[in-house]
Amino acid sequence: MKKAYFGEFGGQFVPELLMPPLIELEEAYEQIVPSEDFQREFNSILKDYVGRPTPLTFCKNLSSELGFNLWLKREDLAHSGAHKINNTIGQALLTKYMGKKRLVAETGAGQHGVATATAAALLGLECIVFMGAKDVERQAPNVKRMELLGAEVRPVYSSTQTLKDAINEALRYWISHQRDTHYCLGSVVGPHPFPALVRDFQSVIGKEAKEQFLEKTNRLPDHVIACVGGGSNAMGIFYEFLEHREVKLTGVEAAGEGTPNCYHSATLNKGTLGILHGTKTYLLQTEDGQILPSHSVAPGLDYPGVGPEHAYLKETKRAEYVCVTDEQALSAFKVLCKKEGIIPALESSHALSFALNLKGKVKENYHVIVNLSGRGDKDLDIVFKHLK
Amino acid sequence: MSLNKFEKIFQDKQKKGKKAIMPFLPAGYPDKEKFWEYIREMDQLGADIIEIGVPFSDPVADGPVVEKASNIALKNGVNLKWIIDNLTEYRVFLDCEIVLMGYCNPFFKYGYEKLAKDMKNAGVSGIIIADLPLEESIKIKPIFDAHDISLIYLVGLNTSKERLEKYAKFASGFVYFVSVLGTTGARDKLPEELKEKLKLARDIFDLPISIGFGIKSPSQVKEIEEYIDGIVFGSSVIEHINKGKDIKDFFKAWI
Ligand SMILES: Cc1ncc(COP(=O)(O)O)c(C=O)c1O
Repeated sequence: MKKAYFGEFGGQFVPELLMPPLIELEEAYEQIVPSEDFQREFNSILKDYVGRPTPLTFCKNLSSELGFNLWLKREDLAHSGAHKINNTIGQALLTKYMGKKRLVAETGAGQHGVATATAAALLGLECIVFMGAKDVERQAPNVKRMELLGAEVRPVYSSTQTLKDAINEALRYWISHQRDTHYCLGSVVGPHPFPALVRDFQSVIGKEAKEQFLEKTNRLPDHVIACVGGGSNAMGIFYEFLEHREVKLTGVEAAGEGTPNCYHSATLNKGTLGILHGTKTYLLQTEDGQILPSHSVAPGLDYPGVGPEHAYLKETKRAEYVCVTDEQALSAFKVLCKKEGIIPALESSHALSFALNLKGKVKENYHVIVNLSGRGDKDLDIVFKHLK
Repeated sequence: MSLNKFEKIFQDKQKKGKKAIMPFLPAGYPDKEKFWEYIREMDQLGADIIEIGVPFSDPVADGPVVEKASNIALKNGVNLKWIIDNLTEYRVFLDCEIVLMGYCNPFFKYGYEKLAKDMKNAGVSGIIIADLPLEESIKIKPIFDAHDISLIYLVGLNTSKERLEKYAKFASGFVYFVSVLGTTGARDKLPEELKEKLKLARDIFDLPISIGFGIKSPSQVKEIEEYIDGIVFGSSVIEHINKGKDIKDFFKAWI
């Protein structure tokens, strides 16, 4: 495959001024990340600070109701409450190895911002987080969290004032501060090497899940399911299973309200090919190539693009991509709370909803792993509003 | 090969001891009618090359002034087809050369092949794509070459000697040197290291060199005069227009 590409997807569509820091990062990705020192330090932080390995939980109650075997990979139990921390620890550590002193990050809902601020605090780095002004308002508790962790949150007032604009602003900041700053991008999106770098840091999810599942059942699962915003938790759990073609992989996108012409985030299902934030991939856009606003009840899925490797997995049919509406996700959210005593993130509830829908369609000895990418405490306000 | 349109302009200016004047304005800003009035006025005032901005919803290389103007242009209903259709009509009234400047996605969606053909028909001589670095341009450049459209590259203060040399192998039209390590937007002062880097670029490129990003007044370029052939200003023109001032006053200082 062409360097920096997954099939025809990916690439490095950035201003020339960003090429030197990207080339520097590529070298760090190829040389520092695989080194023994880096891996030792990374894995020790994952174990002793993040709390890895996270458990693989068998859902006893739900499984007997559903008539197949449902397992959850518990990223909700990772420190700071979601898979996002795997990536930010990796990138923050890499930043130290590269001799830079500051992280800049974008955040939508605030989860990646909190995870970046956490990693920065741990490793003694400065941290600036750009966040759309609308999101600053909608996600006030996460802004406070980031500030408690020592990060500076900068509201972005341009355009739609949401995640995509925060990414634009972080890229702009990186252009002018590249000498001492690393851009800690939050998902498997953006220019090469980010999609590969973030995937590799998240691939610990799939490695653990496979090992844990093998240990408990002596076989591979039949089906692995994850939600897809940018696609990092999904790539993280899919990657280890890619070569096992008998394992079915499903990515679940957000259909929003699911009504005709509503805003949604189902990029792979309903988007078209284009170029945004440095990468060629599927996008929500007009015929003229202007980016459209996205929407989901799950703030972390609310992005008008998707990682280029997912576009490739879709095209090569190695993974399938489906979508789930706000309402379906909310109903799956409630089911997991009541039946298993786990409050899932609304993002993860999308993946869960698809799994619950397999009821009656698969056999009794069918084994499904859902990546429970985060915990739902952050979403309670949204959920209560919808339950009324 | 005979002199390309750009080389001719820069050579004529050089003979007169002058720099090419290259204003930038997003298409359809401040509105669809006034935009063409400004273009005609700038042409008559002596602009040598006018860069027409193709608005994009997510312009990562731009500062707040250009971004805001682009958003307004989009709200005014501007798209690439409108720009090209209008140029086909108005081009004959303009003496200057026209360059389109924008981001990959609107060009990609339009289709590079069709774009190159339509640009040629509309009398556009060059294209600048802010988020298309050398590596990604290699496949696309021959399409523009085939229609005599120069794909103009941007380089900057952090572009290494090795990269400049790679660019030199492919560059056409002129070289757009970004004078700050940052986004578009008028600055009071240009960076110290600019002069040395321009000297290096002069050695490496056979083509004329224009500087842009951050320029607002002639005094800023005094020190680097001998290393450049053209000057681009965008944000400072837009700000001038935004203040409701006559565009003539802005040009007076430069011509
Ligand atoms: C819990 C959780 N899951 C999923 C996502 C979506 O991101 P990705 O698709 O990169 O995993 C987010 C993003 O904020 C999140 O917080």
